[in-house]
Amino acid sequence: MTSSEASTGRLARPGRNIGDLKLAMVMIAPALVGFLVFLLWPTLRGIWLSFTDFNLLTEPTFVGLNNYIRMFGDPVFWNAAWVTIQYVVINIGVQTVMALLIAVLMQRLTRSTFVRSIVLTPYLVSNVVAALIFMWILDTQLGVGNQILGWMGIDAIPFLSQESTVIPTIALINVWRHMGYTALLIFAGLQTIPETVYEAGRVDGASEWSMFWRITMPLLRPILALVLIMTVIGSFQVFDTVAVTTAGGPVNSSRVLQLYIYDMAFGRFQFGYASALSVALLIILLIITVIQYRMTRAGETDLN
Amino acid sequence: MSRKLTTIAASLLTATLLASGCSTGDGDGGDGVIDYWLWDSAQQPGYQRCADRFQEENPELKVRITQYGWDDYWSKLTAGFIADQGPDVFTNHLGKYAQFVDLNVLVPLNDLEATSDLDADEFADGLAAIWQGQDGLQYGAPKDWDTIAYFYNTDLTDEAGITAEQLADMEWNPDDGGTFEQIIAHLTVDQNGVRGDEPGFDKDNVALYGLASEGGGGGNFGQTQWGAYVYSMPDWTLLDQNPWGTHFNMDDPGFQKTIEWYFGLAEKGYMPSMSDVSTNSGEYQQVAAGNAVLGMNGSWMTSLHASLPDFNLGIAPTPVGPSGHRASPFNGLADSVSRFSDDPESAAKWVAFMASDECQSLIGEAGVVFPARQSGMDAALAAKEEAGIDVSAFTVHLEEGTTVMQPVTSNGADITALTEPAFDAIYIGSSPASSLTDLNEQVNRLLELTTD
Repeated sequence: MTSSEASTGRLARPGRNIGDLKLAMVMIAPALVGFLVFLLWPTLRGIWLSFTDFNLLTEPTFVGLNNYIRMFGDPVFWNAAWVTIQYVVINIGVQTVMALLIAVLMQRLTRSTFVRSIVLTPYLVSNVVAALIFMWILDTQLGVGNQILGWMGIDAIPFLSQESTVIPTIALINVWRHMGYTALLIFAGLQTIPETVYEAGRVDGASEWSMFWRITMPLLRPILALVLIMTVIGSFQVFDTVAVTTAGGPVNSSRVLQLYIYDMAFGRFQFGYASALSVALLIILLIITVIQYRMTRAGETDLN
Repeated sequence: MSRKLTTIAASLLTATLLASGCSTGDGDGGDGVIDYWLWDSAQQPGYQRCADRFQEENPELKVRITQYGWDDYWSKLTAGFIADQGPDVFTNHLGKYAQFVDLNVLVPLNDLEATSDLDADEFADGLAAIWQGQDGLQYGAPKDWDTIAYFYNTDLTDEAGITAEQLADMEWNPDDGGTFEQIIAHLTVDQNGVRGDEPGFDKDNVALYGLASEGGGGGNFGQTQWGAYVYSMPDWTLLDQNPWGTHFNMDDPGFQKTIEWYFGLAEKGYMPSMSDVSTNSGEYQQVAAGNAVLGMNGSWMTSLHASLPDFNLGIAPTPVGPSGHRASPFNGLADSVSRFSDDPESAAKWVAFMASDECQSLIGEAGVVFPARQSGMDAALAAKEEAGIDVSAFTVHLEEGTTVMQPVTSNGADITALTEPAFDAIYIGSSPASSLTDLNEQVNRLLELTTD
């Protein structure tokens, strides 16, 4: 041990090492302080608050597991969890397939920067603006969307005001907005696949279709896994689109978890219970991320 | 060098954190500025006139009025309380103030010199009493009141051959809807031009609804939806007592029958269904766009309707019910002083001024709302008469004593979180009106838990 370390000369210049350490600490300090103040501390405090009764204006009082017991018996919470999962499945399912399709088309057909920019444009629109515009487009009385349906002889569909269509509609609005961005992430992943592999495929007479399934998909897996983990987490946190278009209605059909948490905290001042709901969301996300990570082996690559 | 850098960085960071975390207001402490918030943009000019007059009389004080839209207003107010900032005085609402009393963010007006001798008898009936907490203290100085009626375009009623007299004499009952239902059926027209009371009426393709819709109404206890009907049933009240009721009576079969009848109007095609009423389309939009004839809404909406182009405004009172009289939900706004005010005594002076004859007359002249004081009311009536608007459909309820105060209970936000989806579900048709029995139990359990 000592001989090998001595031979690399690491122990020979201890002074320089410590000097680096100081500089490193200074460089890391802002990020570390930021992490402690804005991430770690709020998280720990949030978990602590979930065991209390707290309305923000008076001191929190410890109530043990009461908030969690209430949560397990709260039908609105279970409904919110179910609605959120429906949203995530539709949103991520459609979005990933569409994004993959666009990315592969960009990779295999055209590499024009112009096309790439166009694909990204919906992402430049803020969530709230996108939601507002779609709300007007889909309005049954004034919306151009329903007018177009009318020209095709289809009766107006109250997309955002009937229970059966509200979650798919909101999910698809967000697909529209995030599809291009996700496509670009996947496209970046595609760039890492060496062209030689495709050449080899072509030499062997493989079709585009089989090259997609046998070359692109396996080699893209780590990137796709990462994109999926990121988009699923983002998807679970859906709030603004719902808040703008339906505010959780009709009845509770679009009351997603984040909206319920927000309403509980800032509408009803029950910050303790809202914290417990947030902890539940955190646990759901942790579990899903671990499962995804394991299933997709996101840490490994097949490129070697 | 590096240590110095760290120190500087750390102290800078601490300084920023302290500055953002601990500042109180934007330097308005003790400089004589009273921050006043309201949500109705239509009323801002009137209150600016009051503020100008107030500043003339109190040169050492300055009133700064800020207006936010309804939704922003309450979230900004909440944030303000939490951050120990926000207004000194703000317009308060019956549906919200109980929660603020619970949270202890209001200063009782009795404790402040300028408002300690507020005389309840000087305001319209019951308006001051409703702002008294369970502790008997006064948490708001009444500023105005409102009742409910139907706005309509006389061109549309003339076309249907319905006269103003017919509209003024409507009767309803939960069995067949009475003359009220006959009239809205007749006012309804489908896309083929067939009226709602004629054979061959297509209820799925309605071009013009007889009655506009304001949604399920669970969030505001049917104030502009079904309140006028349920309150004109005999021997029934929503709460055992008001304010500070401890028991709701939504399990009453008569109440449920009325709710069933009301939402049944949508099924018959006389009123838009829930899915036709998007979140951004209420009575005003439907009536203004010519999609509905009778639009039930509050007196505060009068000037908005009157200013619609090509719209000949008529206003009809709520129908007479099985109890033999009309009814209207009654609501009143008040001004409250925030616990976080830097100078509550000066804030109270402004509150007292807004509750005075002088300011309320100015508000009456502005012609948007009905002020709480008689002098203001006289000014408002004069302004309406000058504008050629007959508001007797609203005032009749005060004359005949048929107003019913909007419910005030503790845990208001928790209760509406239950009632809102429940009434929406009945409107949609996914739950029967009998589901209100369950709702009633939940709401009452909530009240029992908190009143112990």
